Amino acid sequence: AAAESSDSDEEDLVSYGTALQPLQEGERLKKPVPLQEQTVKDAKGRYQRFHGAFTGGFSAGYFNTVGTKEGWTPSAFVSSRQKRADRTILGPEDFMDEEDLSEFGIAPKDITTTDDFASKAKDRIKEKARQIAGVVAAIPGTTAFDDLIGPSKITVGVELLRKMGWKEGQGVGPRVKRKPRRQKPDPAVKVYGCALPPGLSEGSEDEEDEYQPENVTFAPKDVMPVDLTPKENVHGLGYKGLDPSQALFGVSGREHLNLFAAGSEDTSNLLGDLKHSKGRKLGITGQAFGVGALEEEDDDIYATETLSKYDTVLKDEEPGDGLYGWTAPKQYKSRKRSEREVKYIGKILDGFSLASKSSTPSKVYPPPDLPRNYRPVHYFRPVIAAGNENCRLQKALEESTGKLESDATQQSRHALNASQRRERLGEAALKGPALSVLEYLSEKDRERLKEVKQASEQQTKAKMLPPQSQNSRFQPAPPADASHKWQMLLGGQLANVGSSDFKPFARNPEKQKRYESFVKSLKQGEKDTLEHCLDPSMTEWERGREQEEFFRAAMFYKSSNSTLSSRFTRAKYEDDVDKVEVPRDQENDTDDKETAVKMKMFGKLTRDKFEWHPEKLLCKRFNVPDPYPDSTIVGLPKVKRDKYSVFNFLTMPEPTTSVTQATNEKIQQNNSLNKPKKPSRWDVSDKEKEKKDSISEFISLARSKADVQQQPPVPATEESRTGPSETLPTEVPNEDKDQEEESRPSMDLFKAIFVSSSDEKSSSSEEESDEEQQPTTSVIDSETTKQVDLPDSSSSNLQESVATTTDPGVPLLPTSKQELDATEEFGPKLPPAFSSGRFCRLLIRKEKHRKNREKHKTKREHKHKKEKKKKHKKQKNKGKHRNKKSEKDSSSDTEDSSDSLSDRDTTGLSPKELLRR
Amino acid sequence: MAFPRPRPARPELPRQRVRTLQCGQGAVRAVRFNVDGNYCLTCGSDKTLKLWNPHKGTALRTYQGHGYEVLDAAGSFDNSQLCSCGADKTVALWDVATGQVIRKYRGHAGKVNCVQFNEEATIIVSGSIDSTVRCWDCRSRRPDPVQVLDEAKDGVSSVKVSDHEILSGSVDGRVRRYDLRAGQLFSDYIGSPITSVCFSKDGQCVLAASLDSTLRLLDKETGELLGEYTGHRSTVYRLDCVLSEQDTHVGSASEDGRVYFWDLVEGSLALSLAVGRSVVQSLSFHPTLPCLLAATEGQLQLWREDTFQPEGDAA
Repeated sequence: AAAESSDSDEEDLVSYGTALQPLQEGERLKKPVPLQEQTVKDAKGRYQRFHGAFTGGFSAGYFNTVGTKEGWTPSAFVSSRQKRADRTILGPEDFMDEEDLSEFGIAPKDITTTDDFASKAKDRIKEKARQIAGVVAAIPGTTAFDDLIGPSKITVGVELLRKMGWKEGQGVGPRVKRKPRRQKPDPAVKVYGCALPPGLSEGSEDEEDEYQPENVTFAPKDVMPVDLTPKENVHGLGYKGLDPSQALFGVSGREHLNLFAAGSEDTSNLLGDLKHSKGRKLGITGQAFGVGALEEEDDDIYATETLSKYDTVLKDEEPGDGLYGWTAPKQYKSRKRSEREVKYIGKILDGFSLASKSSTPSKVYPPPDLPRNYRPVHYFRPVIAAGNENCRLQKALEESTGKLESDATQQSRHALNASQRRERLGEAALKGPALSVLEYLSEKDRERLKEVKQASEQQTKAKMLPPQSQNSRFQPAPPADASHKWQMLLGGQLANVGSSDFKPFARNPEKQKRYESFVKSLKQGEKDTLEHCLDPSMTEWERGREQEEFFRAAMFYKSSNSTLSSRFTRAKYEDDVDKVEVPRDQENDTDDKETAVKMKMFGKLTRDKFEWHPEKLLCKRFNVPDPYPDSTIVGLPKVKRDKYSVFNFLTMPEPTTSVTQATNEKIQQNNSLNKPKKPSRWDVSDKEKEKKDSISEFISLARSKADVQQQPPVPATEESRTGPSETLPTEVPNEDKDQEEESRPSMDLFKAIFVSSSDEKSSSSEEESDEEQQPTTSVIDSETTKQVDLPDSSSSNLQESVATTTDPGVPLLPTSKQELDATEEFGPKLPPAFSSGRFCRLLIRKEKHRKNREKHKTKREHKHKKEKKKKHKKQKNKGKHRNKKSEKDSSSDTEDSSDSLSDRDTTGLSPKELLRR
Repeated sequence: MAFPRPRPARPELPRQRVRTLQCGQGAVRAVRFNVDGNYCLTCGSDKTLKLWNPHKGTALRTYQGHGYEVLDAAGSFDNSQLCSCGADKTVALWDVATGQVIRKYRGHAGKVNCVQFNEEATIIVSGSIDSTVRCWDCRSRRPDPVQVLDEAKDGVSSVKVSDHEILSGSVDGRVRRYDLRAGQLFSDYIGSPITSVCFSKDGQCVLAASLDSTLRLLDKETGELLGEYTGHRSTVYRLDCVLSEQDTHVGSASEDGRVYFWDLVEGSLALSLAVGRSVVQSLSFHPTLPCLLAATEGQLQLWREDTFQPEGDAA
């Protein structure tokens, strides 16, 4: 009520509770209920307090009867005639009232802090402490287990206290002036374990105590929580059961590291015993049981527990300064822990005592000082790669150093190559096809390889020869010996050499012949014939050189042949491999477009149009009927094509429009070339004229086409590339291909051409390779493409002319041309000029377009008006015809002039259509 | 006989800077009006998306949830949802009221440059530097796009959606228009990398801005060039182009800190606004009023026509 009195007071006053209901006028005051009648009763009218029999009350059962709500029949009764009653094991709870189980009963079931009362906030302080502990702990990160198990939330109580200014480690209550004096630990009390190092930290605290300003108050001491573990057994006070793990396994159990001890020691202490007694129902506990006969006797299970071990004097809980309780900060705890850890070590031998300090840390020997000019880089000494190439060199080196390896078998196995090892092991040669890898290479590449190889040979020889000559202290090995050595080296490895496969000296046929005979003789192991096969007309030096060369070639061949060829196989199904999925339509190359853009001839030249299949769901979401309801394709249709076909590089020759279009383009280009003058936007071209005689235009077109086909082959292919191949059904090119297969040169040629550039026919690489291959392919394909072109193009031409002549008034979209000869496979593309009833759906669309167009027209009208500065303001609703007419003449000089250039190629469009735009 | 329609007001251009807002979200990558032009969204380089009332100059909400700078955003037709995309390769669908991310679409292999709702906000169309345009479904829970339009040979810099078309401008110099109704793809070669595309309001023309400092107006149906607009500078950055509310003018941001407007029909430079010293990053034209939002550096500017009297300034 006070709060309502004035607004200004409202801000100052703090109101608690809910306001009483304002008294009504003329209402009688109720008599207050006397104290003795103020009893709490439950829903059944029973007194709430002292109720259940187990809680000292007198009401039991159902209204003090043994009956139930249903009557006297026990609810568990089941007629034994049909079915035996389940034997239910009754626990004490079955005889208890529900009140007993409630919060204040004897067996409360729910005194847990539910999530509703626990604060959602995480205990940040504790968490931080835990993190620090985790870092410091014996095993870093062990506190992670705590996080997993212990609740990480703080209760509402703690949070409230914190908000009131309480800090952990402090007691609750008003602040006190002076800190209570710390009690000195009784010297009489026996201290377990090692004594604390004297003057470790207590002294410092004493000093701290000395300085106490008067105006400083301290928070009251925290109260040590009482251990609330109930005593549930009949053992004497302080009795502790024998830890079976300790009893059975000696001390090891003790040394077991308690992972959870570090941070949550206090809490686990509170619960620990309980847990223990619960968890150990069976097994050996207590001292009375002793140790079994088979078990090793334990050390001190019978250790007497004397009373002197217990505290006899009550004093302050903390031997420390007592300021902190169980929530003591880290440094206090850590001290305690270190003490405990020392205790933990176990039994101390007689005459020994624990060191008060940990042993001196083991001495660390610093690494030697680095010399000043030391650079941490290791230089590898030149190592001769242990290959057969270097065998000789190695040997020469060894010989020069005097360590002549008498036994070849002593060679390290790493110095051998695979075939040498195989030979030594007595294994059969790998059964690869007796073809060299070179077989798979193209002719050109082989040539190149050879050249490179020969060049390198020359070089190596040049290097090799001087040492030979310099090795004058050894007798110059006679060529026969050398060959013998080589023979030994090569040995039977040459057995599988097919001389026909590998022709390293193909350039020089004579030399090749010599080489072949050389190899043959080498195989047969004829020492002398080696000499014969060499050219007798050569000088000694030349001969030696050639021999060397031949050896080397044989070596090279051997090493590459058998080992590598076994790893390659020919493709099994060439046909399948050679087919690749290629997007059927591709944006054709940009060269002519570039020029078109440069000449600002946008429109047909720069436009590519593809059949594109939207996903059905996409159509649904766009509220658009699926244009291809029967197709399963999504995106651009793809076609399987011959991998090595030239048709991947040329878009398919389009029988319908592309040729005409291309020729159109050509004509236009010619036109524009003839008229280099760049027409301005405003310059009205003579395109009107062009349009009028569109039919004659077509005639000329047809003529020009004939010209085109008589042109040299290169432009023909170009032409076929320019048009997007849209309407061609997939079967047709396949057939064509089959036919062309015969006329084409062998596949190898194509492979040789294309494999070198790239194997996968990605679209990006195509354009580039396209340009590369053009000169070669055009020759091959010019004839075929021409053949394909001829009949189709003429027919399409006819169709087109028909379309334009029959209904010139219909706006002819560029698509409609293709629509006329739309193939059956991919369904309708665009309505063919309103004619067939099949495309009624599309007709609607068309009409919409028309409407759009008309809308657009009005828009244009606006523009037009603006442009003319509203000099003639026409009433819009004077009829469409009028508008149209005005539109016509207005747009003819605005719009058409703007795209005067681009409209050049719109010969396929009717004049009206052009006017409409 | 009906009354003659009132003469349409002479189209005006925003010439007067009404308000400058410091967005406080780093560089403003994009600014977009909502569907009715009462609010706008700014995409910040500090990973946030902000909703403003630009007419009053109040920030309404900040949407946080992108992992990297936000590059584009759009509002749904009913103003209940937003979509945004960013350099974190994701497209996010937001609830306007709660500010929560409803869905995140992952699938683009690179940063996502542009994003658009379709007319009914059932599909989000996003174009990315990974050269794909992806159509994401807002209705179902499917994580993958409804369709991937991967015809572009280079990054997609701009995407627009009409009732039945998807228009995409790509760095490979092509403007592609996917006509869902006809089931056809029209690809117009421009040559220079496309930075921004947009439909005209009447849906008959396509405006394409490219890195050769040229805007081109193309006829949608035939691909013919209707107009060319030059004078600004756009050689490096992805700058927006706009059409005025009645399609009378064509506007473009420029790298010299100005915004240029050309007469659509005549092609002559009509106006050049000095917005700032640095590059004007993004533009958005009001759907019905001569009102322009321009974003440069970290600020957003509202430009109105000359006759406009800002009512907020009096108070």
